[in-house]
Amino acid sequence: MKFHDLTIQEMRQKLISGELTSVELTQACLERIKATDDRLNAFITVCEEEALTAAAAADQQLAAGNAMLLTGIPVAVKDIFNTLDVRTTCGSKILDNYISPYDATAIVKLREQGAIIVGKLNMDEFAMGSSNENSAAGAVHNPWDTERVPGGSSGGSAAAVAAGQVVAALGTDTGGSVRQPASHCGVVGLKPTYGRVSRYGVVAFASSLDQVGPLAGNVEDCALMLGVVAGYDPADSTSVDCPVPDYLENLKEGVAGKKIGLPKEYFIDGLDSDIKQAVAAAIETYHQLGAEIVEVSLPHTDYSVASYYLIAMAEASSNLARFDGVRFGIRQDAGEGLIGMYQQTRTAGFGDEVKRRIMLGTYALSSGYYDAYYLKAQKVRTLIRQDFHDVFEQVDLLLTPVAPTPAFKIGAMVNNPLQMYLSDIFTIPTNLAGTCAMSLPCGFSGEGLPIGLQLIGKPFAEAEMLQAAYAFEQATDWNKRVPEL
Amino acid sequence: MKISQKDVENVARLARLTLESENLQVMTSQMDAILGYVDKLNELDTDGIEPMAHAVPMSNAFRQDEIQPAIGIERALQNAPAFGDNCFKVPKVIE
Repeated sequence: MKFHDLTIQEMRQKLISGELTSVELTQACLERIKATDDRLNAFITVCEEEALTAAAAADQQLAAGNAMLLTGIPVAVKDIFNTLDVRTTCGSKILDNYISPYDATAIVKLREQGAIIVGKLNMDEFAMGSSNENSAAGAVHNPWDTERVPGGSSGGSAAAVAAGQVVAALGTDTGGSVRQPASHCGVVGLKPTYGRVSRYGVVAFASSLDQVGPLAGNVEDCALMLGVVAGYDPADSTSVDCPVPDYLENLKEGVAGKKIGLPKEYFIDGLDSDIKQAVAAAIETYHQLGAEIVEVSLPHTDYSVASYYLIAMAEASSNLARFDGVRFGIRQDAGEGLIGMYQQTRTAGFGDEVKRRIMLGTYALSSGYYDAYYLKAQKVRTLIRQDFHDVFEQVDLLLTPVAPTPAFKIGAMVNNPLQMYLSDIFTIPTNLAGTCAMSLPCGFSGEGLPIGLQLIGKPFAEAEMLQAAYAFEQATDWNKRVPEL
Repeated sequence: MKISQKDVENVARLARLTLESENLQVMTSQMDAILGYVDKLNELDTDGIEPMAHAVPMSNAFRQDEIQPAIGIERALQNAPAFGDNCFKVPKVIE
């Protein structure tokens, strides 16, 4: 049977009415993965047995009339989330044999709502990358053109949703790692406000920037997923204790009378002409939907990539110090003492991009360079946050492109890390400022590649941002196109 | 040059990584390019600007000092490359 064109809400209705069982749905999902993943490589681990056991239990719950928001619905998560008794590699050789001894809070919340976790999705190693080429499990291929990257670092999550392998997935976004792959694969992806979703049990890359976010085929499903995972968690002291609204309740509110800002620094010369056109058409759609469009300025945008990479690399070098061959992961020991064991383990276990970032982060934090690099970057971060604070005094939302180009060819940028970093220019500033943002499909390039539109909302104003996204989705049909596989 | 090969070797030692000579050259040139790029931050005058460590303004999060369920020794050790007597085993530290 073919269910991969259904939405979460449609699946839910069919499960509740008894038209469909969770076992059937989960089997269909596993078959879809088997039929397509040799071309995509979106999954690192498929949990067939666990998923079918959970699906049978879900069917009992459904028969008893105990349907939660996701009861019996198969989803998948980036391989950065700890999932009890399942391998969590983070796309790294160093965690090749790591079996999670507990569930991340986001996973607990998915399970509480009855979701069936069918597997763990491919990603750039330790979430470091914009193309999903830096994975020990191999590159992920874009479902729209398998010679191209899906974006990164949540490339497996975006590709799996785009290809209908799963209806929704979780990723993480440190500098655009949910939004950019969502854009490149033509799905909806949301980075919540920093502190909205617990990071407990999510392998840390850059702790002051990392945030868990959902990816789905449409805005409503994305809103539902966000509602499931959002909320304060005492186990993550940076999660924020403020109420989680019902993101579905006022989703159809519309954008009439809303003020949408276009930051002029995001509409630059280097922007791909197809993207420029698609975003211009989206602006016109919002205008017709009754929004007021105004030009605004985020004057420090040009400094965000430099500030971001220094902070992210510094935090990464500190976070990744824990991978030393002592408590988990692989160990390489040639009998040259403890330090030798650390060096051999880390040298054998980490890939090139991770090593590069650890090196730069270590340098930026080292004695004599701390003030010039790390502290300077943190001060510039204050200026960038202030830009957003000022602009949100004038407008309700910001509208921008997600990425300067559509998905590029696999291998096109591997020898130029700096060029790859610069492609994150439109997504990075919101991570620095901590505010929420999302990507939604807004067109296709001449080559048939998806183009994403970014909406940026005020801190903790995900509901308002989702309303604007929903209004756009209703007025267009970009999210209805699916890749041929 | 922002960074010399000798600096890179020193940083690798701090980061507990070993770089073979070929990798050392590539790493040096890539780090040099990236450090050259981030130098643009110096165009901005940040005197008197507070550094920002976190997106959410918050101070320490305290909780009651109460005993809570923990993961347990067996679980904590299940991924250890080497263990014994409820401890992680490491190569000899003191000769």
